[in-house]
Amino acid sequence: MADLHPANPYAADRFPDPSKTVEFPEDVKKRFEEILTRYPTREAALLPTLHLVQETWGWISPEAVHYVGNLLDLSPATVFGVVSFYDMYNQKPVGKYQLRVCTNLSCMVSNAYDIYEHLCDRLNVDPHETTKDGLYTVVEVECLGSCGTAPVVQVNNDYHESMSVAKMDDLLTRLR
Amino acid sequence: MTEPIKVLTANIDKPNSTSIDTYVAGGGYEAARTALGMKWEDVIQIVKDSELRGRGGAGFPTGMKWSFVPRNAPKPTYLLCNADEAEPGTFKDRVIIEKDPHLLIEGMIISAYAIGSNPMAYIYIRGEFHYGATVLVKAVEEARAKGFLGKNLFGSGFDFDITVHRGAGAYICGEETGLIESVEGHRGQPRVKPPFPAVVGVFGGPMVVNNVETLACVPLIIKNGAEWFKSFGSPKNTGPKLYCVSGRVKKPGVYEFPMGMNLKELIYDHCGGIIGDAQLKAVIPGGASAPMLRPDEIDLPLNFDAVMKAGSMLGSAGIIVLDETVCIVDAVWRLAKFFAHESCGQCTPCREGTNWMESILDRLERGEGRQQDADLLLDMSDNIGGKSLCALGDAAIGPVISSVKKFRDEYLHHVTHKTCMPGTKRYRRLDMPVGAH
Repeated sequence: MADLHPANPYAADRFPDPSKTVEFPEDVKKRFEEILTRYPTREAALLPTLHLVQETWGWISPEAVHYVGNLLDLSPATVFGVVSFYDMYNQKPVGKYQLRVCTNLSCMVSNAYDIYEHLCDRLNVDPHETTKDGLYTVVEVECLGSCGTAPVVQVNNDYHESMSVAKMDDLLTRLR
Repeated sequence: MTEPIKVLTANIDKPNSTSIDTYVAGGGYEAARTALGMKWEDVIQIVKDSELRGRGGAGFPTGMKWSFVPRNAPKPTYLLCNADEAEPGTFKDRVIIEKDPHLLIEGMIISAYAIGSNPMAYIYIRGEFHYGATVLVKAVEEARAKGFLGKNLFGSGFDFDITVHRGAGAYICGEETGLIESVEGHRGQPRVKPPFPAVVGVFGGPMVVNNVETLACVPLIIKNGAEWFKSFGSPKNTGPKLYCVSGRVKKPGVYEFPMGMNLKELIYDHCGGIIGDAQLKAVIPGGASAPMLRPDEIDLPLNFDAVMKAGSMLGSAGIIVLDETVCIVDAVWRLAKFFAHESCGQCTPCREGTNWMESILDRLERGEGRQQDADLLLDMSDNIGGKSLCALGDAAIGPVISSVKKFRDEYLHHVTHKTCMPGTKRYRRLDMPVGAH
């Protein structure tokens, strides 16, 4: 039976390392300022700002949580609460390619689990783990809204539709 | 045989369909010009007369929703477009977003004018639709460059602009008040109602949330009139409708028909029937939340009222087809897993109940089920439904209750024989680690 309350394995990493500080590069700062003009409150800019963090560093580190809190006048706890609520924010570093396999019903009956299980076997990782070479992270995700072309695998930002195990293998050789 | 229509999807096959020049060449933004020359009361009246009902799932009359918005409120009024298309089985809004974004933008201009939204609206697009967000951002910039967004639109003195707001992967943000919370930068946990969002919505002001397909209907209604819109479908269930068909059919995809398309005809005539010409086992007519229909129940028109009468709901018209090879317990387990994952955790019945339902369905699949499990699932459903703030709990029990009632023999087979029914298969391995929610 599924473990309903697994201990969070990242708890120890939630505290920022005081020797590390992070700051947006100048071009990202400009985009951040532009985002602020689109909302009546600073807090509303939180989701887009976290997207900027993830685009810049690939994941949302404890240091980045504090940095964003300072930028938007929010407590780190509030920021972390939002980070942990949404699936797409990575709470630990991920591979160069994040392979997000949809296994919801329409994809499942189109054999999505074959792809997912094949990826875990071939890359020798557990779900949400990254390969040792840092190239791939395999993730099982909920419906990606592409059920008509099931099964679908999202690689970073891009959708790969009507997939199969063979097509996935072919795609892997191109993702280097 | 009913022929498919090309109304909402009229532009999607044009070359360069996302460009503003293509859209304007086809008469685009003329409806917005017309609407902004009218009194706002008249715009609402035309939409009321058209009997347009919200395409996001609930089927609430759009004109009536707009008329609830108070005028001269102390805080600005907002329009939000719900593009958080995340209901399993639904993929219709994505077609409009990616292929005809200007239809949506024009619909938003007209809707915003009708409800008095000024000066900013947000399109809440789910984070996974990265490409869709790129298309929308470009379309908004194009519209702004042409003066269709910004200050004093069409010389009417009406100021209006749109911001594309990306979500980050949470189904619950498609719920009206969850969406508001998410736009405000919070966890997407639905609010207590009242106050209703029409009066106190995002940033404390009055507001309206409309689905992408609903907003895309609006320019067509203004352009062609309410009577034209009512010529599609039947009274109270009017207009063109996008149906999404997926699962075990030969030709899945988005199909456009007048509202009230026959479900059986859609599956067998337009989608080519079942893969391998297998027997049909069950159809989910309106996305994962909708109760299942048996094969003898599918000869019905797909509109809000008829599907509800058949004991299910049209929802977002995400039709998932399951054939005889699918183990129903496994299929329902997958949906239960989805709802357990997506429950926001705010209300105890939903947070705990969805997890326990998933566990029970999983143990049935593993051959560890107990004789009373089918009834236990019904009993639990009774303790979840109607007992939480939003509709997610109610959605989660839809497939569970309907499958236990309609396929009880399959549940019992899992208990007695500790395996799936002969002829059905489980689509997953049982030895994979199960991720946390």
